[in-house]
Amino acid sequence: MPFFHSVKQLRRLILLLILLAGWEFASRYILDKTQATLLPPPSGVLNGAIELGFSGELWKHIRDSLAREFIAFCYASVAIPLGIVMGCFKWVNEQVDPIIEILRPIPPIAWIPLSILWFGVGNTQNQFIIFLGIFFPILLNTIDAVKNIEPNLIRAARCLGARGWNVITRVVLRAALPQIVTGIRIGLGVGWMALVAAELVGANSGLGFLINDARTVLRTDYILDGMLAIGLIGLTLDRLIRYAAKKFMPWSRALNA
Amino acid sequence: MSALKVEHLSKIYPALNGQGQAVQALENVSLEVNKNEFVSILGHSGCGKTTLLNLIAGFEVPTAGRIECAGKEVKEPGADRSMVFQDYALFPWLTVRDNIAFGLSIKGIDSATIKKDVEHFAALVGLSAFIESYPHQLSGGMRQRVSIARALAVDPTVLLMDEPFAALDAQNRSMMQKEMIRILAEESKTVVLVTHSIEESINLSDVIIVMTRRPGRVKKVIRVPEPRRMVEDTPSYLEVRKQIRDLISDEHDLSEVS
Repeated sequence: MPFFHSVKQLRRLILLLILLAGWEFASRYILDKTQATLLPPPSGVLNGAIELGFSGELWKHIRDSLAREFIAFCYASVAIPLGIVMGCFKWVNEQVDPIIEILRPIPPIAWIPLSILWFGVGNTQNQFIIFLGIFFPILLNTIDAVKNIEPNLIRAARCLGARGWNVITRVVLRAALPQIVTGIRIGLGVGWMALVAAELVGANSGLGFLINDARTVLRTDYILDGMLAIGLIGLTLDRLIRYAAKKFMPWSRALNA
Repeated sequence: MSALKVEHLSKIYPALNGQGQAVQALENVSLEVNKNEFVSILGHSGCGKTTLLNLIAGFEVPTAGRIECAGKEVKEPGADRSMVFQDYALFPWLTVRDNIAFGLSIKGIDSATIKKDVEHFAALVGLSAFIESYPHQLSGGMRQRVSIARALAVDPTVLLMDEPFAALDAQNRSMMQKEMIRILAEESKTVVLVTHSIEESINLSDVIIVMTRRPGRVKKVIRVPEPRRMVEDTPSYLEVRKQIRDLISDEHDLSEVS
């Protein structure tokens, strides 16, 4: 019954609400003024969020961050055709794989100093770092997807008359798609983390910039607002992709388990 | 001109990376399939029957010998030799309709004709009501029917079937055999079936080719007295079955641990 269902759901929030109430109380009445600056109460955080929302600042930063993530993703999607070629042709894989295996372990964040020298500070540098974060998960998942295609699917296509290019577009790409989407989902997550780091040091807008900038003026409530926004948007992106995958690829056991 | 001619076919798999032994899967196999004949290739696992089918399909290349389909030498897979697989191999992202249409759309046939053909073959295998379903929504038997419709839709010269009913339970298997007989009565086709079921081969075939164990050779070619009208437990059925059983158990070397 619906009533009972929501009561059960509410039950899970009990500890959370207790902690929030404790935090509110502590920040308001226990901490002295200086300490309270470092940890504003939940009500303060909420107020800060409303301020940022109404002034338009929050949306501007969110928009700028998302724009960078999106543009970097557009570039990083070159990993899909590359992954397909590497998965289909052993000799390509042989040659390109060593390069990938050297570059991949370097975290995107470690590229920041070099990227600033190369691109200066600004959108391009940000997008470069984010690109590195998104690229490798997509590439690896694509290669894996192509290598793990059920061989009989390829054989079936060929004995129905498909050859060469048709096999790749009509079968390989479609069969690999669920796992490619998983790679995209993971890549966007890694990219989002890289975005925060890149914006911390090399931007003048965006959520990463917001939280660092708020630090310089001791607006801890803004910092917390920014952190929550970062987490919430990251989560929403992830959920959106999962939902879209379920909807458009209902046959895939991998995506619907 | 026969539908399919296999001449002195041999297949040897070389040792992997220089380790172990080379394996001779097939040795000097010759056979001929006439138009609209149903030929079963029967034998133990490891006798090379699937290798033989793969060679006919063009998925592998012979070490020696020659395969001809409708007079043309077989060099690669093609829609003249479409296959029904044991694990169905349906495209999960396509509906039943689009699966059946796959080979037709590759040929570049216009959509009105494709629609007509797909509906015809879906009806032939009894799945008209499920034509918009996805494979994951269907049972095993239904998926196999789609697979058969899909392979028939491209009008192959020879329909190849690789243990198509082995993944089904006994009841479904028996039903699918009857379905196969009904389908072939409506639309005759040249069929080469690989199976390890003696009963299946007797129920469906005009000709049964019994293979030796590895290296696979043709042990005996048996003509079924009343193709697709054999009734179980009748003397003629039992006689054919005993004949085949004796041939096969000959090949069963109990001293071999594999």
